[in-house]
Parts: sequence; C-alpha cells; structure tokens
Amino acid sequence: MFKWLEKNLPKIVLTPAVGLISWFVYGFVLWTFYISFTNSKILPKYELWGVGQYVKLWASRKWLISVDNLLVFTALFLILCIVIGIILAIFLDQKIRAEGVLRTIYLYPMALSFIVTGTAWKWILNPTLGIQKMFIDWGFENFTFDWLVNREMAIYTIVIAGVWQSAGFVMALFLAGLRSVEDEIVKAAKIDGAGLFTVYWKILIPMMRPVFFTSFVILVHISIKSYDLIVALTQGGPGISTTMPALFMTQAAFHKSQVGLSAASAMMMFMAVAAVIIPYLYSELRRENAS
Amino acid sequence: MQAKTVNSNYKKLEQKSKYTNMFLRWFLYFVLILFASYFIFPLYVMIVTSLKTMEEIRQGTLLTWPSSLNFDSWLVAWGGRGYGAGDTFLRPYFWNSIKMVVPAVFFSTFIGAMTGYVLTKWRFKGDSWVFLFLLFGCFIPFQAILLPMARTLGALGISNSIIGLVVVHTVYGIPFTTLFFRNYYVSIPTELVKAARIDGAGFFKIFFKILLPISAPIIVVTVIWQFTQIWNDFLFGSTFSFGEAAPIQVALNNMVLSSTSVKEYNVDMASAIIAGIPTLIVYVLAGKYFIRGLTSGAVKG
Repeated sequence: MFKWLEKNLPKIVLTPAVGLISWFVYGFVLWTFYISFTNSKILPKYELWGVGQYVKLWASRKWLISVDNLLVFTALFLILCIVIGIILAIFLDQKIRAEGVLRTIYLYPMALSFIVTGTAWKWILNPTLGIQKMFIDWGFENFTFDWLVNREMAIYTIVIAGVWQSAGFVMALFLAGLRSVEDEIVKAAKIDGAGLFTVYWKILIPMMRPVFFTSFVILVHISIKSYDLIVALTQGGPGISTTMPALFMTQAAFHKSQVGLSAASAMMMFMAVAAVIIPYLYSELRRENAS
Repeated sequence: MQAKTVNSNYKKLEQKSKYTNMFLRWFLYFVLILFASYFIFPLYVMIVTSLKTMEEIRQGTLLTWPSSLNFDSWLVAWGGRGYGAGDTFLRPYFWNSIKMVVPAVFFSTFIGAMTGYVLTKWRFKGDSWVFLFLLFGCFIPFQAILLPMARTLGALGISNSIIGLVVVHTVYGIPFTTLFFRNYYVSIPTELVKAARIDGAGFFKIFFKILLPISAPIIVVTVIWQFTQIWNDFLFGSTFSFGEAAPIQVALNNMVLSSTSVKEYNVDMASAIIAGIPTLIVYVLAGKYFIRGLTSGAVKG
C-alpha cells in the first residue's frame, strides 16, 4: 500500500489540477455546447431541439450588430495597437535618454482594470465637461466631440480606450524582440551601406514575424472577449449601438432568460477564439519541437 | 587636388548628415513625448479631477490644476458620507477584494507549482499531453463556462459569496500558474533531482528543499500575474456576486453608474484611483516581473 502510494505520488499530486480543469473547463464547455442545442429559456432543459438557437441568433438584429461592432473594433484595435507599438519600440530602441521612465509610462495602463480605464475615459469623453468643453474654453467655440453619445461614433470611443490600454503591451513585446536580435546582423548591414531606415524596414521588421503573430493572437483574443470596457464606457449604448458578443451573451443569459440562445452565442465566441488559437498553438509547438 | 575636393565633399556630407541626425533625434523625442502625454493624460485627469470640488470642475477644464489639495472626494469614495441607505462607498468592497485575492492567489500558485514540478521532474508517458490539456484552459472565452459555473456555485451553496469567487479564480488561474512553473522548472537541470533521489530524498522533500528555494523569481511573477488578474476581474465578480459580496471592480462600476441627481465626477475619479492603486503600486515596484508575466501568460482577456 505504502509502496503503491509512493510510486504514484506524482500522479496523485497531479489530480487536483487535472480534475478541476476537466470538470470546470472541458465539462462546462461541453455542457454549454449541449445546451446550445436545446430550447432552454429561464432554466436549462435537456431535450434536444436542433440548431434552432443558432438560427435565432443569426436572425437577431442585436447579434448582427454585435458581430459588426466586433469586426470594426478588432480591425482598428489591431492596426492601431500594432502600429503604435512598433513605432514606440523602434524609437525607444535608439539609445534614448530616460527610456525606463517612458517605458513605464507606456505600459502602466496594463496594470489597471478595464473598469478603471472605462471610468476615466467616460469622464474625459463626456461632452458636457470633458474634452469638448476643454477645447471650447480654449476658444474653439464650435468644437464638438460627442462620440460617446453618438450612435455612429460611440464604437470608436471604445477603440480609443482599448488602444490606450493595450498599445504599451505590444510595444513591450516588440522591444523585447528587437533587443534579442544579434548586434552583428545590424552591424553587417550597416557596413554594407544600409541606412537605419533600410535596416529596420528590410531586416529587423521582417525578423519580427513571430512577434507580429503573437501580438495578433493576443489582441484578437482580448477583443473577442471584450466585455468590461464596454460595460464601463457605454453599457452597449447609445441604444444597442456598441453592443458586442460578450455583452450579448451575458445579457441573454442573466437578464433576458434566454439560456439556450446565450449558450449558442457563447459557442460562437468559443469557435472564433479557437480559429485563432489552434493555429497559434500548433505553430508554437512546432517551433518548440524544432528547437 | 582631387583628393582635397573629395575630402571636403565628404565633410559637407558629414555636416549635412549631422544636421539630419539632429533633426531626426528631435523628431524622435517629440513623438515619444507626444505618446507619453497620451498615455499619462487620463491618469493626470483622474488625479486632478479627484482633488477638485464640483464647482471647480464646472468652471475649469480637464487640465486645470485644482485651487487647493482637497481630499474630500477621496474620503467620500472610501468611507461614504455617513448617512444610511443609498450611501455606497468602497471600503467594504476593497476588503472583499483582499479576502478574495489572497486565498485565490495562494491556492492557484501552490497548485500550479506542484503541477509544474510533476510535469517536469517526474515525467511519465503522455505528460506533455497533460500539459497541453491544462494549457487549453488559458484560452477559452469565459462566456463558455459562465452558465454552468453559476449553476454549480448555486448547487454548492456558495453563489454570491467570497468563497465562491475564490473557487472560480483558483480554478481558472491553474492553467496560467502551471504554465509559468512548468516553463521555469523545465530549465532547471533534472540531474539535481536525480541526485537527490539517489540520496533517498522523497517527492515532497525534493520539492520543498531543492526546487522551492530557487523558485523565488517565478513565484514573484506568478503571484503578481494572479494578483493583477484577480484584482482587476469584472466578469466573474459581476456574474457571480452582487450586493455585499461584490469585489471592488463591481462596486466601482455600480457607484459610477448609479444615477443620483447630481453626478459627482470628483468622487468617481477618486473611486477609480482607489480601485486601481493596488495594482499600480505592484507595477511600479515590480515592473520587471510584471512584464515578464505579461509576455508569457498574456493570452488572457
């Protein structure tokens, strides 16, 4: 008995982690998957109902707006974060004075919660006392900046706050990437007569492909799951103009008693994440095996 | 003669490139400082606003410096105005968050450390599959587990309680803590463990006497990561708790959204700063470890 225990101790120690994850991750996802094929309203029902919830989901105007918003947000969020991140990383890499201070400033928003970020930006962007008033008081009397309460533009306020929160992180990833490149490569290129611009554009940036890939995956992942920032900044409004899938899901589940529909929306999100993550994991594993 | 012209041309060229270089340098600093102001602007506005009276807020702009350092809003945000119903303030929720964060960070870190230890130093057939199995938990969108989690917490009788949130955060932290410790222990030579085994040291003795003493850096990274994630969480907090058991982010959001007749932006900003201060302090004091955690475990939304 004791011998057996000793021999199997490592596996026994592994059981809490494996058990908890089997139940709370795999079991729960399967449960949600199953429920998405039932006609559950307030409470889960277990008779299968076919793909009705998915049909309902994709016929729902609110869901279509959510998806539309998600696409707009993801595209802008990705482009802006990566462009700003690269520019800051390259500029910081030029033996800048006070690099540490600047880096700290660029990255501190990552330490804050999206609720804190949203609260701050909501105050800054509010038309009566925020940026709009600041410009009017400075003498620009016709200045208007009412994106927060403008149906067409409200989604871009989420982009502004989201980029503010995450661009520094992309900067950190790229800076680490640039610093890991051997000095010799840059030196050799310079001896061959390449200018600084060429060195970056032709040599260093192409070498950063894995960093691009990682940033892409992380940012898409953040944007698919964005929930807190919208709750704090717009609550999906004005109207439903800034709603997104994560918000749709929780509202359907906990406010509208549409358990089946919310399960279907959760599974759509799950699939979207899987479509990005599985190729990423696959390539990471291949790289690890290769090295 | 010819050599001379070449030389002077070269000098001119050098002169010119010196000027372009200087110009570029100024441009560089200009852009860097411009972005720095974009990043610092909200924090500045938050602090300044929290120190103004509502009167000053209405009269000045976002950037106006307060006439006096007035911490009243901070006191109201932290301890309320002293009247009963409807007086929401952060103090109790701040403690809720502490009571939630400390055990959740401890348990998830401990389980992650043990799991990482087994997966690297007591390898068995299929161990990398077990790792992959656990790692997958880092990537799921939590929306896919909210419904069954709410039911499970209800069935266990711990919905809307701090214990419930501790369980949730511990469980969904395990994939990350395991990832951190596994990647750290992989780089530690297994010979160390083998030698200790020959000397008769057992499973736990090896962990506590050999690995744990050299694990300080990864423990710091993991604890900071978990602390920041759990402190800043809103999705779980708002889904699985309400009223008195809510953590601070949920309370902050409720406070800001509550529609009283007059919106007190100074109190809102003071509340936001209070909710953000613990993680900001950690970031300023241990930025290096914070970033290390970020770059290795960041695929969490």
